[in-house]
Amino acid sequence: MSLGTFLIMRHELLLIAAALSVLIAEIFRNPDKKRSISLFSIILFGVITIIGFLPSPAGSLFGGMYISSGTSLLMKNILNIGVLIVFIQSATWLKKEENSEKISEYFLLLISTLVGMNFMISAGHFLIFYIGIELATIPIAALAAYDRYKNKSAEAGIKLILSSALSSGILLYGLSMIYGTTGTLYFSEVAKLFGNTNLQILGFIFFFAGMSFKISIVPFHLWTADVYEGSPVNITSYLSVISKGAAVFILIIILFTVFPVIIATWQKTIFVTSILTMTIGNLFAIRQQNLKRFLAFSSISQAGYILLGLIGGNQLGMASVIYYILVYIFSNLGAFGVVIAISNATGKENIDDYNGLYQTNPKLSLIMTLALFSLAGIPPVAGFFGKFFLFTAAAQKGFYLLVLIAVLNTIISLFYYLLVVKAMFITKSETPVESFRSDFSTRFALGICIAGIVVTGFASIIFEVIRNLSFGV
Amino acid sequence: MDILSLFVVIPVLTITAILLLKDTHQVRMVSAFGMGLQLLMAASLVFLYLTARHAGNNDEMLFVKDYLWYKSLNIHYAVGVDGISVAMITLTSLVVFAGIFASWEVEFLRKEFFVSLILLATGVFGFFISIDLFTMFLFYELAVIPMYLLIGIWGTGPKEYSAMKLTLMLMGGSALLLVGLLGIYFNSSPDGSRLTFNILEISKVVIPLPAQRIFFPLTFVGFGVLGALFPFHTWSPDGHASAPTAVSMLHAGVLMKLGGYGAFRVAIFLMPEAAHELSWIFIILTSISVIYGAFGAIAQKDLKYINAYSSVSHCGLVLFAVLMMNQTAMNGAIIQMISHGLMTALFFALIGMVYGRTHTRMIYEMGGLMKVIPFLSVCYVIAGLASLGLPGLSGFVAEMTIFVGAFQHPELFYRIVTILAVSSIVITSVYILRVVAILLLGPTTNEHFEHLPDAKWFEKISVVTLIGSVAAIGLAPFWLSTMIGTSLHPIIEKIISLNPF
Repeated sequence: MSLGTFLIMRHELLLIAAALSVLIAEIFRNPDKKRSISLFSIILFGVITIIGFLPSPAGSLFGGMYISSGTSLLMKNILNIGVLIVFIQSATWLKKEENSEKISEYFLLLISTLVGMNFMISAGHFLIFYIGIELATIPIAALAAYDRYKNKSAEAGIKLILSSALSSGILLYGLSMIYGTTGTLYFSEVAKLFGNTNLQILGFIFFFAGMSFKISIVPFHLWTADVYEGSPVNITSYLSVISKGAAVFILIIILFTVFPVIIATWQKTIFVTSILTMTIGNLFAIRQQNLKRFLAFSSISQAGYILLGLIGGNQLGMASVIYYILVYIFSNLGAFGVVIAISNATGKENIDDYNGLYQTNPKLSLIMTLALFSLAGIPPVAGFFGKFFLFTAAAQKGFYLLVLIAVLNTIISLFYYLLVVKAMFITKSETPVESFRSDFSTRFALGICIAGIVVTGFASIIFEVIRNLSFGV
Repeated sequence: MDILSLFVVIPVLTITAILLLKDTHQVRMVSAFGMGLQLLMAASLVFLYLTARHAGNNDEMLFVKDYLWYKSLNIHYAVGVDGISVAMITLTSLVVFAGIFASWEVEFLRKEFFVSLILLATGVFGFFISIDLFTMFLFYELAVIPMYLLIGIWGTGPKEYSAMKLTLMLMGGSALLLVGLLGIYFNSSPDGSRLTFNILEISKVVIPLPAQRIFFPLTFVGFGVLGALFPFHTWSPDGHASAPTAVSMLHAGVLMKLGGYGAFRVAIFLMPEAAHELSWIFIILTSISVIYGAFGAIAQKDLKYINAYSSVSHCGLVLFAVLMMNQTAMNGAIIQMISHGLMTALFFALIGMVYGRTHTRMIYEMGGLMKVIPFLSVCYVIAGLASLGLPGLSGFVAEMTIFVGAFQHPELFYRIVTILAVSSIVITSVYILRVVAILLLGPTTNEHFEHLPDAKWFEKISVVTLIGSVAAIGLAPFWLSTMIGTSLHPIIEKIISLNPF
């Protein structure tokens, strides 16, 4: 194996190098300028994101355990964009006094999880996939407990690690059955040897349940709200966007390449779970007062919509899922960006606190409105196009009933998104959030999100590129 | 840039200009200028359209422009107009223009108000010029969503409740519509060639009947919600009553017409077989709308509620006529849309102006206004007469055509229903004349009302524009009905040829 073939893993190598250089920079940094490390990390990561877009050879390594293709590169690049926005959004928060001692840990751990996700997406073997998924989860638990002096944050860390351990156990049990019935863990060989026996179906169900934990699909969603509420807002946004996106990416790859034989089975599974996920996520979101919990349940219901892209097993479905994740990254990070900005400035995180926000902070209110409209799928922002393509993909395979249930669910979701809009624009408040000006990094991150929300829909080229790189069963 | 896209570009530019303004006093001038320009554009569009027709251009749609947008799904940004859409565009620009002047005195968050109002108008204009189902749907939703803020922020009464109810019900309609449109799309090429969203191309194929039976009701009800189809009309009274003046005008005048236009252009035009088969269900529902709306208006005491129920009745008549599926009735339906749009906008403008003076909308709290504010009162009487279908005003032409057309339907059931629906004319005159009697005539009951100022200049502009148009249609209906009729002709031919009943 020559050095050149290693470049197939360019994304992962660069990220590992970045993680290590953050550690080394931590040793050599000037003790008086504790914050320089976050600027260094952000710029480094920005460069990596740009390098990721350069053309890269496709191929496989380690005897097919690691596969790189146009699709996986695209997915990694999308995740990189999301993580870059998360990094920029966290700069203000990391400046706080209580965080100054652990800035490099923040970047190190997040980049490690991203490495895990990248390995997971590029996996050609269930072992690599499993290592990737663990690497993507465990550091996050440490980050959820980042505010370790707060009870809720520590609780979130414990809850995350316990529930992900449980889900890993379930996942592994499913994999063991798959191994037991096929005698291999290579994706390509499992796909050939997989049949329709009961044990194999059971193995698949366990596998799917394990993945459902990661994507927080009902009925495996119970950890979501507590962890999201307890974690620092930046980690919550990372969990709800990047972790979820990566898990969806690998789920769709595995469903389409490893389990095409039992497509009828997983279509039924997805049909039921998708309806449950949308409906329960939406109904619970209505009752939430804390915006983090609110966005947690909204992200659960979003996962339900995303499943509509998976169900058809068609090329359009994969394209719409990848596209939707991209749109979702911009929209959800836009909404979280506003929550972060207000939380940093005032510490307020409840919907009631947003009453009368438009009078004092019109720009933030408008950004929040656009982001929520994009999540709800209102034109002309990108969420509308994303949802439309998801529904089109499901309708293409004749799942009209599911589409109908999904669009009715978007009406429920519109209701609670409008509740936030109502708080900001209509409800008057005696003590609104005071007028403040966010610093450069927050505004820059929000700018990227808004540009993404507006441009992604109208620029059809983005969808076409994604579609050309997608594949069906 | 083609001429039709200008109808979307001008409002967008106006919005941009308003957003860039520092001084809020200039906002309304800029809005009036932008929408005045739009009105001129509409007038020249009518002129260009008629010239092209006279020159012998017999294409189904004129000024067609087609840009490929999403290649893999064959989604286009495609625009084109026929006589019907030209008429609707003209209606929209008239109502928006009048609406700007009717809201001249909005003080609270003036910039945001005009931006939302014009954004709503953008959606409506875009909807009427589109001939691609995707862009049509996009503009449809774009037109609905500003309503939430417009009613929620600047409304009166239980505004938050009404705004939420209206938005959710209309979006619920668009949810059904989305499924219907996807169904049409995936059945748009039975021979397996390229799927399309283009209305003209879809109209050339026959969508398989089993698919039509599923997707026609979805599409029709989806649009019907916006057209106040019973039992999905309940958003309308609350929404209209809580909305600020200009929003009621635009909403009842134009937005509800999106429902009628869509039901006709998409549901019936593309799926005529199912429309014929299932029309009896919807005929019953629309007849209930017509009669129930009229009775509902009698029972109301609030001026806006009276008008909102009257709109339910009149818009029900539009859907009723469309479902009769013959040339005369459909012609009447389109004229009714125009006529009702102008007339109801006029009503809501006047109600807003009266409310601005008396601070009440309850008819029993007012009286004898004719002596105090003669200009507005006379205009109110004119609007009322147009509404109850007095010859010489637009309502007569529309309703006459509709009922003549509807009665031509060969089947007994449809004729009986027509007779029932005709009774709405009588009921209409009851509630109109009752309001006129209580509100305008008789002694002035409240001494506070004795020194109310009459209409100001901007109010006069708003009202006179609308009255002029109402009278113009009533006195010279033929240029309008010919313009509509020639465009309807190929559509009716197609419906009949596909479906010899």
